[in-house]
Amino acid sequence: MHMVKINGTPENAAGLSVLEYLEREGYVLDRLVVECNEQIVPKSDYAQRLLADGDVVEIVSFVGGG
Amino acid sequence: MGVDRESARTIQNSPDRESTRGLQDFPERENSKPMQDFPDRETIRAALELRHTKPVQNKICAARVAVCGLGGLGSNIAIALARCGIGGLHLIDFDRVDLTNLNRQQYPISALGRPKPEALRDELLRFHPYLDIQTSFVKLTVENIPELLKDELFICEAFDRPEQKAMLTNCVLTCFPEKYLVGASGMAGFGESNSIRTRKILPHYYLCGDEVSESAENGGLMAPRVMLCAAHQANKILELIIEGSGT
Repeated sequence: MHMVKINGTPENAAGLSVLEYLEREGYVLDRLVVECNEQIVPKSDYAQRLLADGDVVEIVSFVGGG
Repeated sequence: MGVDRESARTIQNSPDRESTRGLQDFPERENSKPMQDFPDRETIRAALELRHTKPVQNKICAARVAVCGLGGLGSNIAIALARCGIGGLHLIDFDRVDLTNLNRQQYPISALGRPKPEALRDELLRFHPYLDIQTSFVKLTVENIPELLKDELFICEAFDRPEQKAMLTNCVLTCFPEKYLVGASGMAGFGESNSIRTRKILPHYYLCGDEVSESAENGGLMAPRVMLCAAHQANKILELIIEGSGT
């Protein structure tokens, strides 16, 4: 099984694009910051960037208030 | 410990007095004149060095921080850093002070209707009169961020709306990977102080808050928890300034 670690949890997401994963999980796209292996993933790359076995991904989904 | 001159001063408190205070640049100067002369830059620096030590104060005085958003987070971050004797602040907001802000934002009644950057600048200068402050009364966008933040090393994301938080964070981390960004998410409500935390997301990006407590349409943000989160942000910035930001 190809595992991607996302927010600390191993997930079966290798082969999906970042965009496909975010949409599958129901994230609100304009509230996110996504980093992969300690590198920011620019929003313009979400569709092309494929998740690979062993990737460590962090998704920050902002909530309102300040 | 010396005598606390502040507490020795007689302060008259009346509604009339409060409502006219903001019209003067340094109202405290008038009140304090019988007690002592207005302190010069070196005297204030010496007092800060007594509290913080000279090597630490040298670093704080040499640092400048950009605060993006001057609401409950930004106004409290700016005050915490100014109290430390920070060398410079860049205050950025497009909004004006509204009565509904005063439950958590550091503005007096006399600032109602004023642009937040200049209103906050005046509050900061009351206790740190030699602080170098740049104000930008503007809404940050992907178009103007590269120009407005290009000279900053330390940046606080202190916005209210999640889309704005994401826009600024994506833009700064993409355009300026060498800069340090400290942001916030999740500080609505009350109680649960210890769920507010500082988390390292990237080597140059820290996120403060509980990451879940969202402000509701009709409120939800209250001073103590917003101030806790703002203190986390200011404290991380201070740590980066004092302990060196090399990672």
